[in-house]
Formats: sequence, structure tokens, C-alpha cells
Amino acid sequence: MEKDVISTQSLNKTYASGFRALDNIHLNIYRGEIFALLGPNGAGKTTLINIICGIVNATSGSVKAFGYDIKKEYRSARSLIGLVPQELTTDMFEKVWDTVKFSRNLFGKPNDDALIEKILKDLSLWDKRNSRIMTLSGGMKRRVMMAKALSHQPDILFLDEPSAGVDVELRRDMWNMVRHLRKTGVTIILTTHYIEEAQEMADRIGVINKGKLILVEEKNELMKKLGKRQLILTLKKPLHVDLEDTPLNISADRLELTYSFDSNAEETGIAPLLKRLNDQGIELKDLRTKESSLEEIFVKLVGRNS
Amino acid sequence: MNIYSVRALYFYEMARFFRTLFQSIASPVISTSLYFIVFGSAVASRMGEIEGISYGAFIVPGLVMLSILTESISNASFGIYMPRFSGTIYEILSAPISAFETVLGYVGAAATKSVLLGAVILLTARLFVDYHIEHPIWMISFLVLTSVTFSLLGFIIGVWADGFEKLQVVPLLIITPLTFLGGSFYSIHMLPPFWRKVTLFNPVVYLVSGFRWSFYGVSDVGVEQSLAMTALFLFICLIVVWMIFKTGHKIKA
Repeated sequence: MEKDVISTQSLNKTYASGFRALDNIHLNIYRGEIFALLGPNGAGKTTLINIICGIVNATSGSVKAFGYDIKKEYRSARSLIGLVPQELTTDMFEKVWDTVKFSRNLFGKPNDDALIEKILKDLSLWDKRNSRIMTLSGGMKRRVMMAKALSHQPDILFLDEPSAGVDVELRRDMWNMVRHLRKTGVTIILTTHYIEEAQEMADRIGVINKGKLILVEEKNELMKKLGKRQLILTLKKPLHVDLEDTPLNISADRLELTYSFDSNAEETGIAPLLKRLNDQGIELKDLRTKESSLEEIFVKLVGRNS
Repeated sequence: MNIYSVRALYFYEMARFFRTLFQSIASPVISTSLYFIVFGSAVASRMGEIEGISYGAFIVPGLVMLSILTESISNASFGIYMPRFSGTIYEILSAPISAFETVLGYVGAAATKSVLLGAVILLTARLFVDYHIEHPIWMISFLVLTSVTFSLLGFIIGVWADGFEKLQVVPLLIITPLTFLGGSFYSIHMLPPFWRKVTLFNPVVYLVSGFRWSFYGVSDVGVEQSLAMTALFLFICLIVVWMIFKTGHKIKA
């Protein structure tokens, strides 16, 4: 069984305006993973998704989905892909049931009322099945978009900013839904502005900026490699001795000392530091460690490549 | 052939037609009735016969053609323009459906609506004038062929348009004048020789003439010419649609 479900080679996109949206993208997405694509606005995330889904033409390069070329074997490739777009774009005059059924048929699948019922129930849309979409709330409309994308049982699901404009509860529901889908073997690729979302769910992270894929890494590896760990020491009394020769950050009130260290290193330097503080009679009130968040890593990466 | 996709598009478009049944049917029926009241009753009483046919009956094919041309264009152009405008076209572009199947769904639905409308107008006309159909098979063939051809033209306009006003430009400023000047309400033999020659450059003349021949066996131009012109126009529209999908012009960035 092939490991890669999506494979892009030397993918480039330059729009008619001359704007280069993608610059030589090589990306492989693995079967069954949740891949988060992060990047600032205009970085090229949506363009990349739209090319893979067949909505935008690439200027050059190739894309394969499950080994099928998305241009030459578009029927096979597209039937395996589902897309939840960023915008809530659906016919507002249609009823929920009808629009989901339409999507399934459009993707070449015969009617399956039992499946549509299950999808609508899973997404808490069953009670709204006969409602016109225009009468639904923004969060409900986003669920409808998800139901449409799932209606043809795709093996790969693209979620373009799935949490944009939805409340915390719905976001949690969506995350649970995504995790459930992954368990059933669906590969999920999501773009998001909420880095918390990527940190919570993704197996691997890709960072794109100005059309260039600047990093693809296992999330845990990324946090380990690029993340910093810090030891934060709170003192009982303000620091009264000179510790300028140590790599410590001392707070303005001299009550907090921050020591950054590499947790993978054999010698972290923590033991000698604590011994020295003890020798100098400095009493600790509290001691805790802190890890960099994915957000901090992301900001650092994008800032470095700007 | 992805039959489920074609059916989905076709029935989606037909559902839109039935959702707006009043506007779809009532509006053309009312305007056609008004034409019959004005031309068929008021004017016809002073016109006498044209080529042995009462004036009221003579204008029936032209009036059907006038509605078919404008409605085919409107239905098909709106059908494809709305998904482009609202963004829902993403779903069609990402579906495993070929360009041919997409056109079949949209144009098939638009042409079906036009044929239904043509039938409704013929029934309405029956209330005002007595007419007969000499070649019913040819009448249906012309009706279907014209509906399909102008639905294709509508599809092209729907792709070309970048605003709602542009959707109206071609039906209002080109098709309606050409239909009025294309022998819908008169025989081109009634025109002076110079204008008769000029009129022959109007493609609608051939459509109206062929359609009228199927009713009464009389025509302004040969029925073969009418068929050839319709087929030529159909062919040109097919080529343009093929090029649109090949290049992704105005559909894909």
C-alpha cells in the first residue's frame, strides 16, 4: 500500500496578475494522518488546496492523489477527495437534506439515505434537515459544508480554515469529528489560523510563507527541535547577589529568574544552577518549567523567512 | 459517463425552475398573450392573410421562437453565472465530472425549460388563434435544436458575464431586436429587395423560417438552409464551450 496519499512535485502557481502564489512546492501527505498547513494570510494555503482539488490550474508541476494524476486521471483522483472550503458557499435557498444529497450525487454516488441520515446526525444537523440553509446560523452552515464534503465518503478531506467564525463549543465538536474521521482511515489536511487547533490535532505540520513551503515536520519533533524549555524560578525575596555571569533573565522586580535550556542536551545546566543559588543562600518560593507553544515557533519561523 | 453527476446538475437546475414556477412560466405566457391580443386580434383584423395563412396564426411560430431564444439564453446564463457569483462552483470544479457532463447537465436543463415553455406558449396561443402543425416531428426537432443551441449560447454568456447587467445585454440588445427583425411578425418577402437581402444576414430569419415551415409548409428561406444555419450555430457554440473548458477561461483561475 502506498504511503503517500497526496504528492506534489515542483508545484508552481502564478496568477494572471503576476502574483506568485506557490513557489516550487514539494509535499507528501501520508495515509491516515492529520496534516496542518500553517501560514499567514496570502501565504498560498488555499491556492495549494484549490489546485489539488481541481479548482485552480497550476502553472507548472504535478499533483497525484492516491497515485492518480489530478489532471489526467481526474475522475479517480477527485472522487477520493472532499473539500470544506473557507467560505460558506452553498445555495442558501436549498434545504439541508437536498444540498447534501446533491453533493453525493455530484460526486457520482447513488442515493444513500441511511448514510446521509448518519452524517446529519453526527453533525447535529438532523433536526434541521428540512430547513432552508439561509435560516441556519453561521456555525450550522459550516456543519452543512462539512456534511456536503463527507457525503461521498472521501478518503482525503481538506478543511480550509474549518474553525473560522465558529464558537468554542462547535470548534470542539469539529475537532472530535475530525479525530473520529481519522480513526475511520480518512486522511485530513487542514489549514488554520488557530495554531492551538494544529497543536491540538495535527500529526505533522507544514509551514508555508510567501508561496514557499519552509518546513514540514512531525509536530512533536518540531516542538522538540525548535521549541525552547524554560525553568522559571520565583524567589522569596528580591535577588541581592550578582548573577550576571549566568545565562539568566532576571525580572525587573528581581523576584523571578528565567533559565532557557535544551531539554535534549545531556547537560541541561539546571543542577549546577540550583546548587549555586543554594550556596548563595537564595531561597526559592516556586519552581516551574514552560515549553514554547507552536504559536511561538510559528511566529519565529515566519518572521525569519519574511 | 458519470450519470449520477449529470442527473444531479440537471435536477438541481430543474428544481430551481419549479421553485420559481410563476416567474418562469407566467411571465412569458402573459407577454405572449399580450402579443396575441395586440397583433393577433387588433392588428390581424386589418392585415388579412400572409401566404394563405391568417395573420394571427402566421405569427405563432415567431412568437414561440422569440420566447424560446430569450428564455434559453436567460436560463442557461443564469444557471452557470449564479454558482460563479456565489462561489458554489467550487463544488462542480472539484467533482469527478467532465466538461461535457457539466454542459449536459446545465444546458440540458435550460433546454428542457425552453421546450416546456414553448409547449405552454403553443397551448396559450390556441386560446387566441386557430393554427395547425403540418410537420409535427420537424416542429419538435426545430424546437429542441433551437433550445439546445441558444442554451449553449446562454451558457457561454453566463461564463463571459462578470455582472448581472451583462447577463441581460445579449438577450435584450441583440437577440430581441434580431428576432423582431427576423420575420417573427412578417414575411421577409414583404420587405423591399434591398432590406430583404440585408435581413438574410440575420441568423434568426433562418430559425423562424424553418420553424414556420414545420407549421404551415411555407418559409422565407429553404428549410435546408434553416437546418444548416441552426446546425452551424450549434457547432460554433460547441467549439466555444469546448475552448472555455479547455482553457478554464473565467471558470478556473
